[in-house]
Amino acid sequence: MRYAMVIDTLKCVGCSDCVVACQTENNVPHGYCRDWVTEAVSGSYPNLELELRSERCNHCANPPCVRCCPTGASHVIEGGIVLVTADQCIGCGACIESCPYDARYQHPDGYVDKCTFCHHRLEKGQLPACVSVCPTKCMYFGDLDDPNSEISQLLKNRKYKTLSPEAGTDPHVFYLI
Amino acid sequence: MVTSRRKFIKISALGVGGITLSASAVNLLASNPLLDAAAKKNLAKKLSRTATYCEVCFWKCAAWAYTDEEGDIKKVIGNDDDPHCNGRLCPRGTGGLGMYSDEDRLKTPLIRTTINGEETYREASWEEALDLIAEKFTEIKQKYGPESFALLKHGSPGSHLEHLFKAYGSDTIAEPAYAQCRGPRETGFGLTFGSWVGSPEPTDIRDTKCLVLIGSHIGENMHNTQVQEMSDAIDNGATIITVDPRFSTAASKSSHWLPIKPATDIALLLSWMHVLIEEELYNKKYVEKYAIGFDELKAHVKPFTPEWAYGITTIKPESIRETARLMAAAAPATIIHPGRHVTWYGDDSQRERAIAILNGLLGSWGNRGGFYFKEKISIPKYPHPAYPEPKWGWHEIGEQYPFAEMGNTSEVVKATIPNEDNPYPIKAWMIAGTNLINTLPQREQTLEAINALEFLVVVDTMPMEITGYADVVLPECTYLERYDGIRSATNRHPSIAVRIPAVKPKYNSKPAWWISKQIGDRIGLGDYFNYNDFEEVIEWQLNKMGTSLDEMKKIGVKNFERTSGPLFLEEGQDYEFGTPSGKIEFYSQQLADLGFDPMPVYTHHPQPPQGFYRLNYGRSPMHTFSRTINNPYLSDLKSENTLWVNPKVARILDLKKDQPVWLKNQDGILSAFPIKVRVTERIRWDSVYMYHGFGHNNKKLTRAFGKGASDAELISKIVVDPLMGGTGLRGNFVSILTEDPHKNTKV
Repeated sequence: MRYAMVIDTLKCVGCSDCVVACQTENNVPHGYCRDWVTEAVSGSYPNLELELRSERCNHCANPPCVRCCPTGASHVIEGGIVLVTADQCIGCGACIESCPYDARYQHPDGYVDKCTFCHHRLEKGQLPACVSVCPTKCMYFGDLDDPNSEISQLLKNRKYKTLSPEAGTDPHVFYLI
Repeated sequence: MVTSRRKFIKISALGVGGITLSASAVNLLASNPLLDAAAKKNLAKKLSRTATYCEVCFWKCAAWAYTDEEGDIKKVIGNDDDPHCNGRLCPRGTGGLGMYSDEDRLKTPLIRTTINGEETYREASWEEALDLIAEKFTEIKQKYGPESFALLKHGSPGSHLEHLFKAYGSDTIAEPAYAQCRGPRETGFGLTFGSWVGSPEPTDIRDTKCLVLIGSHIGENMHNTQVQEMSDAIDNGATIITVDPRFSTAASKSSHWLPIKPATDIALLLSWMHVLIEEELYNKKYVEKYAIGFDELKAHVKPFTPEWAYGITTIKPESIRETARLMAAAAPATIIHPGRHVTWYGDDSQRERAIAILNGLLGSWGNRGGFYFKEKISIPKYPHPAYPEPKWGWHEIGEQYPFAEMGNTSEVVKATIPNEDNPYPIKAWMIAGTNLINTLPQREQTLEAINALEFLVVVDTMPMEITGYADVVLPECTYLERYDGIRSATNRHPSIAVRIPAVKPKYNSKPAWWISKQIGDRIGLGDYFNYNDFEEVIEWQLNKMGTSLDEMKKIGVKNFERTSGPLFLEEGQDYEFGTPSGKIEFYSQQLADLGFDPMPVYTHHPQPPQGFYRLNYGRSPMHTFSRTINNPYLSDLKSENTLWVNPKVARILDLKKDQPVWLKNQDGILSAFPIKVRVTERIRWDSVYMYHGFGHNNKKLTRAFGKGASDAELISKIVVDPLMGGTGLRGNFVSILTEDPHKNTKV
């Protein structure tokens, strides 16, 4: 079992519904977010391209945040999900610095917080909140180890990329392009 | 009458400290990390759900509000069985609970008063506020007749108050959603196909092979079903053609983006018709069977070659030909989308006619992948005495516009400004769910009318600008706290949805049905409100429809079978359109008879002079009108708008990213607040662009106050559509000021 998210940038309209859904599902305090939308424009008028991407923790197979955590609060659970145990976290911020995706933030209560792939929903057989709400259905979630899963099929049949592959973190959020 | 009594007063929020404190104490508890993990587990088990439909925009998606045991709403999720949303709300709907949790909400009735010569509001009981309103209703009726009391409204609260006004004897009712938004397309399509487009639009986007968006930015306007279906169309490999001077999100999803020179759309539409007809690419069988006026149209568009259009639109002739051929190749599974906010240059009904005719040439109306025959279910009317017949109403006020089919807010505003020649004087307004200050163009005119009013009552959930001009402010509870009418809207098949209160109203707020009934009871119209609770009305209606409130509480949405026939025309089927001829009217005798162009013509509209840029505006996907800017969740997503400026312009004016600038329009009107520059290639060099709805000037909107600029305040020049009275809003030009023009002015 290896959880991964696949996001189709050709369908994303950058509405940020994923961001609000995460905020309400996970009680993320106002002013903070676990996911966000990036807009990249290239070219010059009128020869332009625009890529919209919903971004979050990449739940890397080689996560620098886990390696550098002095207390073991950052850890990996079954399915490759990277989590932070709030009451073990001393808020030193080493993981925030080490993350090439800027995916972590310091919760006002002192611990570090980030995307969990909504593992509490996965346990109940539900999709992560962001995936379940997306109006364009551009977000897919599943098991990368299962060759028949929707995400494996998409990655087999479509062109895709990951973010900052040069960081060597083996990210598990994939973008169809 | 004291003219200064109408000055804007910042709504007072005194006297509710206790409530606010206890609310924030709950919030603190909710974000405690140690409690967090445990609470989340518990809450996950104990959340209960209540059926509702969304009121953050007009799409009315059915949803479930999830409430914890403490009676706090935790999240709002789409109802899987609803054809409006298919279980997925848009960001505004997902953030809908922010309307409920916003601590800036109106909390208690307020009455305008003067203390020590200073105008202010004092808190009042509902009894006192309603008694005062009832007294004014009676007084206006006695002095001027009920017709002189106007209702300006939007959304669900409006329908309850509409009942009150009609019972009272006033049909002086209007909403900005018509003459400031979608009215022209209803006229344009109505004249051509004999049918309104309506809402949601009956566009079969999910099955289309070619979607043409002209001035419609699906994806930035989060019209839920359409966004979902556009995504399906992308999956299905449909061709998307977008015409927009701005590189919109939809343009970025399109195989063809035509970056048109603003204000020249009709030229392109005529030229597309020229290509379809000259190259004989139009749907001959369909046109022959269902349309009239083809020969006239053919002669009319003969001169409008792509080369002619190139000189006007700046779209290359080969692009015009290529896109016309793509539309024809996909036809009849082609949609030239009617758009929604279509009040641009004053010839908007004719532009919409051109769009409708183009669809007619391709045979898309009534064909799969084009427009389906929509169907809704009618909700049985809860019995009440017949309404009295008003002597005049919205129709008479806007009678110079022969094709107006709804009240025109701007005309109501004009009829309120005292003028001896005005046969329809308006003396009092009730405003519900619409912030006229940020909704209407020509703010000075709106304020002049407000100043002339004898009485103004505003019903809202938030201290919007308009509330500061009211004599009485009534705090409505949010959609999550109230019953409302049953939703039935056009779709592929009929469905109904209910709105049940998920929690008790916060603070001292009340539902609009209750407000209407209370006023009605007080002014002797109790017979029209023959129920104690609106729940009884819904129960009665649902029983008539073969269901019950109990059942609807469990399912939220009920889908029905179609009874009006198939979604699409069958091969060779006889079909009578709702036009006078029963045919699709390329040539409109109705228009000709009244001296209008029977077929659309291109007219030149002014272009920005040196030093000025066309002010374009549009939707951000996170916000609805100006109503959501203060919503804590949606403000988190986008708290201010920016001014989109092309890098060439930025270079000439030496503008840097995030630099605050002020705008001054062609009439010398200044933006109240600065707006930050966004340097982007996505906008032309002759235009600037901003999201609509920002630049609030009421300090009681703590998140929204002073954030960004208001496009509405800069729209002082309008061109009125002679057919239906729509106010063309896209003809304003602004210059960019880098120094604060207000710094020497005392505010």
